[in-house]
Order: sequence, then structure tokens, then C-alpha cells
Amino acid sequence: MDFGFKLSPSSAVNLDTVDRRRYDRLVQLQPDALTCIGCGSCSATCTSASWTGMSVRKVLLGLQRGRDEEVDKMLSGCMLCGKCTMVCPRGINTRQLILTLCRLDKNGEVVR
Amino acid sequence: MIYQGKQKIWADYQKEIPDNHYFYVRSCIRQNFFPASERYFLKICRDLLGRDIYETEHHTTCAGIAYHCDTLPQETAMTVVARQFALMTEAGYENLVTSCITSFGNYCEVLESWREFPELEAMIRENLWKACRREFNKPKYVAHASDLVYKLRGEIAERAKFHLVSRATGEPLRIVEHIGCHYSKMFPHKGVGGAEYPCVLSGMAEAWGGQVIDYPERRHCCGYGFRQYHVRANRGYSLSNTHKKFESMEPFHPDMIITNCPGCPYFLDRWQYVIAEQTGKTYGRNGYGIPVLTYEELAGLVLGVDPWDLGLQIHQVAVEPLLDKIGIPYDPARKYLGMDEKKIMTPGLPTSLKCF
Repeated sequence: MDFGFKLSPSSAVNLDTVDRRRYDRLVQLQPDALTCIGCGSCSATCTSASWTGMSVRKVLLGLQRGRDEEVDKMLSGCMLCGKCTMVCPRGINTRQLILTLCRLDKNGEVVR
Repeated sequence: MIYQGKQKIWADYQKEIPDNHYFYVRSCIRQNFFPASERYFLKICRDLLGRDIYETEHHTTCAGIAYHCDTLPQETAMTVVARQFALMTEAGYENLVTSCITSFGNYCEVLESWREFPELEAMIRENLWKACRREFNKPKYVAHASDLVYKLRGEIAERAKFHLVSRATGEPLRIVEHIGCHYSKMFPHKGVGGAEYPCVLSGMAEAWGGQVIDYPERRHCCGYGFRQYHVRANRGYSLSNTHKKFESMEPFHPDMIITNCPGCPYFLDRWQYVIAEQTGKTYGRNGYGIPVLTYEELAGLVLGVDPWDLGLQIHQVAVEPLLDKIGIPYDPARKYLGMDEKKIMTPGLPTSLKCF
């Protein structure tokens, strides 16, 4: 029956069922990822953010929530300019973190 | 924490509810949604428990619904509220009891605004005088009708003919309580238990034998939200909120839901039909839904009032499985009989949600 409106898909994330293998492998290879405080300085300074949607902060959040497709889309917009690395208050080498992440598949295996 | 410390903190969440002498103001939408609720509130409080509750046919809407829908300015709503206060003053009452949660929130908001901005109160007094030559005293106490029933829950329990327990197993019924947002989320200190631990409905359910269940989205809105439902394009959002609540409570297998707001029982009840039509999913046992009752209807059932006199046939979700579980007798042939046993129309049955 068409009521003229319908249910919206839920945006709730069930952390018990999320596949975090890629994030766990990243942390193994780049332990700096654990020190991120999510301040967003990297996103604020990102050159490509405004037209590609790239955001290192959102990449890490997306990985923790198992949203690999969104993460890959964002990573494809990165120009590896390294400005995010220069502004990170925790001194995380975000450029190296992105390069490492691009080498991992969804299962956390190094493929490149 | 030591016991006395806990008691002291809990005391801050309590409120003193006057026992008697109230001026009653009805809700504008409840009389259409669940018409017997307000009638039985008055019958129980006045006739059964002997309280003095006065109402006048001259009172109007509190204008809260229009105010929250952004169709009139707050000053207009305040003048309408001031007129209700004038009627209360003329009738010689000092305590106001409201049937509607939004009215309760609206009256509290108006009184708080006047306390913060006395010049606004002076302006509204002048507006009221110009409009209808009336003057008023502010109420000493504003209560919601559920506060009063909460206060009288022990007296109702003493007169109970049925308890909220399963007749077959003797186990208490599993009850979800849902409190309207405008009850204690606007002014937490005005509600019994504050915004964090509102116990106005759970207190009733437990006093009458039931067991209140906790679930993750217990304090989530029912989904009504004036600007969500009243705009057709936003109704999917309203429905999705209700769906979220049902998905959250489903694993706890509730037997019923009780509410104290005009909108919540309506939407928790009717949206079960819409969800069933759209997804084929039902949340009760054996293809039925979860019955949603107002606290007055529940009090009436506990006191042995005939379910069809309480208007339970107006609910979308069938209440018969719940009545059978408690052991409340009912006559299926009388379900759709109107005044003077006159036969009124029988509604069509939904395709997915099982009904009688």
C-alpha cells in the first residue's frame, strides 16, 4: 500500500557486527592511528576536501564503523600533498597512514 | 554511595502534588483519538475517589499545538493561556490539572517566561483585558493528569478488580512505559523523577502489579513531533522514529505499552499498522501488534470497567490478547455497538496486522 511516505533506512551502527579487520591491521602497521583525537585539523586543511569529500578524520571514523566503500571513495580523492601531516597536533604521519591504508584490502591483507 | 545519600538525591526528583481541588483543562486532540480517557479520568477521580475536579465548557485549546507548529506567535498563545487562568480564577480554583502533555509543557513555559520577564506578563494581562475584559491569578500549582493518577495509584490499587499479571502463569505483565517529551524534557523539575528517571507511569504500572521493562530507546520520541507529522513530506521521518523504538523494544517481548501523552498512544498504535503494511512485520505475538493504552484506560481496566466502555475498540492494535492474558471478561458481540446498543460500522481488517 502506498501511503505517500515510507520508512527511512536506519543510520544506526551496530558496533557488535562491524567488520574492523582493516582498521585493526592499520593500527598494527601504524600504531599512531590510535593517538588520533578526531580534532579535524587534517580535514580543515585538506586541499582536495572541498571537491572530493576527503577527510582523514572521517576515514578513521568510517574504518571503525566498517564503512569501507565510503573510506575508499574518500581515499581516491587524496593528492598526498601532506598538509594534513604538517598540522596534526598529535604528530601523526597522516600521509604515511593514508599510503598504508591504500595497500590494505577489506580483510586487512596487504595487497600492494 | 550510602543509602541516605541516595535517598537525598532521589528526593530532588520528587514533586509535591496537591491531593485535591483542581481546575481541569482537556486536550484538543485526545477527545478524538481516545475519547473515553478523559471521561474516565473524571469518573475515577470524582466519583470513585471523591476528589474535587472542576471543568468548564468555556475553556478552549491552550494553543500549544499551533505554537509548536509555528502558526501563531507565542504572545497569542500566552493570551489564550491567560484566558484559561482567568476561567480558573473565576471558578475559585488555584490548582490546574491538564489532560495534555503539550498543554502541560505550554503552561509551564508560559509561567516560566513570565517569571523571567515580568514585563511580558504585564503585556499579556493588558492584551487579555482588551480582548475580553478578564483578569486572572496565576495557578499555585500546575499538574498533569498523570501526576494526579500517580498520586492516587495506591487508592486505585486498593480498589483493583484485576492486576497486571498473567492469569495463566501468575507472572507480572511486561510493560513498556512511554512518557511524552513535553512532560519532563522541557522542564525536568516539573515531572516526577525529572528527565532522567521519570517514574510517573512506571510507578502506576508497578503499583498495579506489572513489571516495567527497560530497553535502549526507552526515552526516544514516539515520532509524532508536530512539524514532522503535520507536513506530509516529513511523515516518513515520523514513521522511522516509531520504527526505531519498536525495533529496540522487540527483543524484550512487551505485553503492552502505556503512555501519558495525546500523540504518543495514537502514533505508537497507528504506525504499527503502517509498518506492517509496508514491511509485513508485526511486533506482538502470533501476528498481533503490541497494545498501546493511555494510563486512564489502564486504570479503568484495573478497576474493572468494561473494555468497550473504555473505547478500546477504537485502537488499531487488537487488545483482546491482552484482555485474555489478564483475564478481563469482554463480549466480542458488543465491540462495535455504539450508544444505546446501536450498531455502528465495523472497520475493515488490515492485510498484515492481525486484528479481530
